[in-house]
Amino acid sequence: MNRKLFSFPGGIHPPENKLQSLNLPIQSVPLPKRLILPLQQHIGAPAKAIVNVGDQVKKGQCLAQPQGFVSASIHAPTSGAIAEIADHEIPHPSGLASLCIVLQPDGEDSWCEAQPIADYSAAKPAELVDKIRQSGITGMGGAGFPTSVKLSPPADSKIESLIINAVECEPYITADDMLMRERAAGVIEGALILNHILQTRETLIAIEDNKPDAIAAMRRAVEALSESHNSQPHNIEIVVIPTRYPSGGEKQLIQNLTGKEVPSGKPPLHVGIVVQNTATTYAIHRAINHGEPLISRIVTLTGEALNKPGNYETLLGTPIEHLLELAGIDNQQLSRLIMGGPMMGFALDSTALPVVKTTNCLLAATNTEYPEQPPAMPCIRCGACAEACPASLLPQQLLWFSMGGELDKAEQYNVADCIECGACSYVCPSHIPLVQYYRATKGELAQRRADLIQSDHARDRFEFREERLAKEKAEKDAKRKARAEAAAKAQAAKKAAAALEAKEGGATKDSSDAKPPSDKEDVVAAALARVEAKKKAKADAAAKTQQQESS
Amino acid sequence: MKLAKVTSPHLHDRSDTSHVMKMVIVATLPGLAALSWFFGWGVLINLVWAWIVALGCEAIVVKIRKRPLGYYLNDYSALVTATLLGLALPPLAPWWLTLVGVGFAIIVAKHLYGGLGSNPFNPAAVGYVVLLISFPVQMSSWLPARGVEGAIPPGFIDSLKSIFPLLGNASVDIVTQATPLDQLKQRPGLTITEIWQPGSAFGRFAGVGWEWVNIGFLIGGLFLLFRKIIYWQIPVAMLGSLTVMSIIFWGGSGSEGHGSPLFHLLSGATMLCAFFIATDPVTAATSNRGRLIYGAGIGVLIYVIRVWGSYPDAAAFAVLLLNFCAPLIDYYVQPRTYGHNSGHNSDSDRSGDS
Ligand code: SF4
Ligand code: SF4
Repeated sequence: MNRKLFSFPGGIHPPENKLQSLNLPIQSVPLPKRLILPLQQHIGAPAKAIVNVGDQVKKGQCLAQPQGFVSASIHAPTSGAIAEIADHEIPHPSGLASLCIVLQPDGEDSWCEAQPIADYSAAKPAELVDKIRQSGITGMGGAGFPTSVKLSPPADSKIESLIINAVECEPYITADDMLMRERAAGVIEGALILNHILQTRETLIAIEDNKPDAIAAMRRAVEALSESHNSQPHNIEIVVIPTRYPSGGEKQLIQNLTGKEVPSGKPPLHVGIVVQNTATTYAIHRAINHGEPLISRIVTLTGEALNKPGNYETLLGTPIEHLLELAGIDNQQLSRLIMGGPMMGFALDSTALPVVKTTNCLLAATNTEYPEQPPAMPCIRCGACAEACPASLLPQQLLWFSMGGELDKAEQYNVADCIECGACSYVCPSHIPLVQYYRATKGELAQRRADLIQSDHARDRFEFREERLAKEKAEKDAKRKARAEAAAKAQAAKKAAAALEAKEGGATKDSSDAKPPSDKEDVVAAALARVEAKKKAKADAAAKTQQQESS
Repeated sequence: MKLAKVTSPHLHDRSDTSHVMKMVIVATLPGLAALSWFFGWGVLINLVWAWIVALGCEAIVVKIRKRPLGYYLNDYSALVTATLLGLALPPLAPWWLTLVGVGFAIIVAKHLYGGLGSNPFNPAAVGYVVLLISFPVQMSSWLPARGVEGAIPPGFIDSLKSIFPLLGNASVDIVTQATPLDQLKQRPGLTITEIWQPGSAFGRFAGVGWEWVNIGFLIGGLFLLFRKIIYWQIPVAMLGSLTVMSIIFWGGSGSEGHGSPLFHLLSGATMLCAFFIATDPVTAATSNRGRLIYGAGIGVLIYVIRVWGSYPDAAAFAVLLLNFCAPLIDYYVQPRTYGHNSGHNSDSDRSGDS
């Protein structure tokens, strides 16, 4: 029963701080005054609004369609009116504003007609994938990659394993834990649907061993499944893995469970694996079996600035301040607001931002909880960072190259393979913000690549232009030459005619020898023309005879 | 309400560099105690004097480099350098010897190379080697250890006076002699019985006193290992290779036999080097495999220089030579990055670029 694990290098054991948000069952959230729905909550192209300001919409109605393959739609989390379609600040590390649909709830919360798929096991995979796409489902744990894209492997690839990532290795976050405790059956249903789509040999649900209650609930759900689906054997296996950050990193999880490594720069599909997050899997179950698009998610609200930490079932677009108030925020104490966990999450600078599809946790921290880092000391090359790095990089060398702006060296030492897990910064005794340096370096590398492409384009354009100019010049020259020749010929003919006339007309005149040299040239030209004409006539005749012979 | 805009990770381990350095100093205590017992007050006086010199030099350099003083003195790295060098100097080394050695270590070996973290050579080892080359007589004048015939370490005042002659002449004549390692080298032809005769400089396993000094440093080193301040690879590889070398070339028990493995392990600066000097992270190799190679290299070199070289103890030379190789070792044993076939980003990985 116990599956052999392969482990992964590095990793750390930060304090977990999960208990405080596990005291309450999943809480519901009263409707906020308005919902702000960014058109881009996922990786890829932003969705395109298909409603107008003033439109009345129903709960679950599609508000924005995906644009292109890698994109995801947006739905109305409740019924109401479209108040505005305008730029708003969105929760993104860049802190930039982007186009959002603002929905004014009418308080009715009335659904549009749901269109579930009655029996997924009878449906074609393509139909299910399309339904998932229509439901706006994206990865809900990480960067928000559109799920339908992950479920559309190239026809020639064979997917061996489906992994449900229920590891939740970041400290503080308990959203998936709570989801599994309370809705294990739904998660399992989602896994069955995914398995039906991908037809994998195995379906592994990986959970860290610090979630005994969730593990028990999931095991019970799998057992219940075996009893009810006796006709249909399933291949779901709950795999308990040791707690170690970042065991939930996609690449680390794959390595840990299968011993395989995803080649640098390739997706997991490349080694025949698809990984889906727990919350995403649950959302797939809701979409297929209940016809509900992705309009809400469970958000962990935690941190010492909150009196009532816990997990809250939140409509997408809910302003964060609305949630924080619900969880008893002490605004005097709040010094840092983090979306995501403390290892990889990013600090928000406003509480007015909305909850989006990837908001798994809001960490409202006090100054004592997360004091400012002391100033960085020089790197003493202690190697603690290399020890902790799950990607087996040499963070201290990368730091050196990043600080020195040696982009080539940084690239050679695989800075691109850094998953930005922060384990190195966590252990560094000199408090060096290592990850910050790598992010900057990666950014510079990306910029350089873009510049290179652009300069390639520019060079292409330049070369093309040169070529075109040369061609035009050649054409012009040819024309000019042709014109000059024609003119010369005409003149020659005229002169020749004149000469002939003069000869014929005036026998008294001197012989042609007495002609000025220029006329002589013309005569030569005329003679040449005649020769040419004769040659051509001969050639034509030859060609004719040849044609006749061959026919 | 002002929200901090900081980048992840927001969570940090509580370890810090000055803590690491403090632990290293604390861990020298058993060795220091043994040294003081066998060689008297001079050891402690030397150490305190070395600290004063180190802090003074550090302060001057930091002032010149116009860096915040408190911040840099707080990292304790200068004190570590001073401690390690101070412990390696002869117990009654004259004051100027310490001044030159520590001054050179801090100013040249550390700061002229860019300060903490940027120095390619271990400052303490550099200081030691400079002194050994420039002042070989003073550097090899050790007191006989307590327990060697007729040797009683001088008292506090006498020690002080012989270190700082300006304070007046010491009341007793202080005899110095070569260390056991030195004797083994310079007096070939000692037989086993001569070596082990009671009252000679040789003790049960190695030199009188030296065995205990080394055991003291070993205990301190194990403490560092236990507290995860140092990694096991370097000391284990170094002591391992030293043992292997001394087993291979061990030719009997006389002084021509090059000394037993135990003799080498417990003589001179072996343990101080294995746990405190070779493990200096700044100047060592950084990957685990690299550390093994690095440590083993030091062990082999120590043996080679001790036995066939012209200097009796070789730890500092060996460390410097391997410091020199560390970047090379790091380059060749770079760990294989996840998702790559080799550690280096090979051309095939980047074929898309060209
Ligand atoms: S953990 Fe920090 S001090 Fe240690 S090697 Fe890495 S970057 Fe340098
Ligand atoms: S952030 Fe990057 S370099 Fe640091 S431990 Fe994680 S993967 Fe390694």
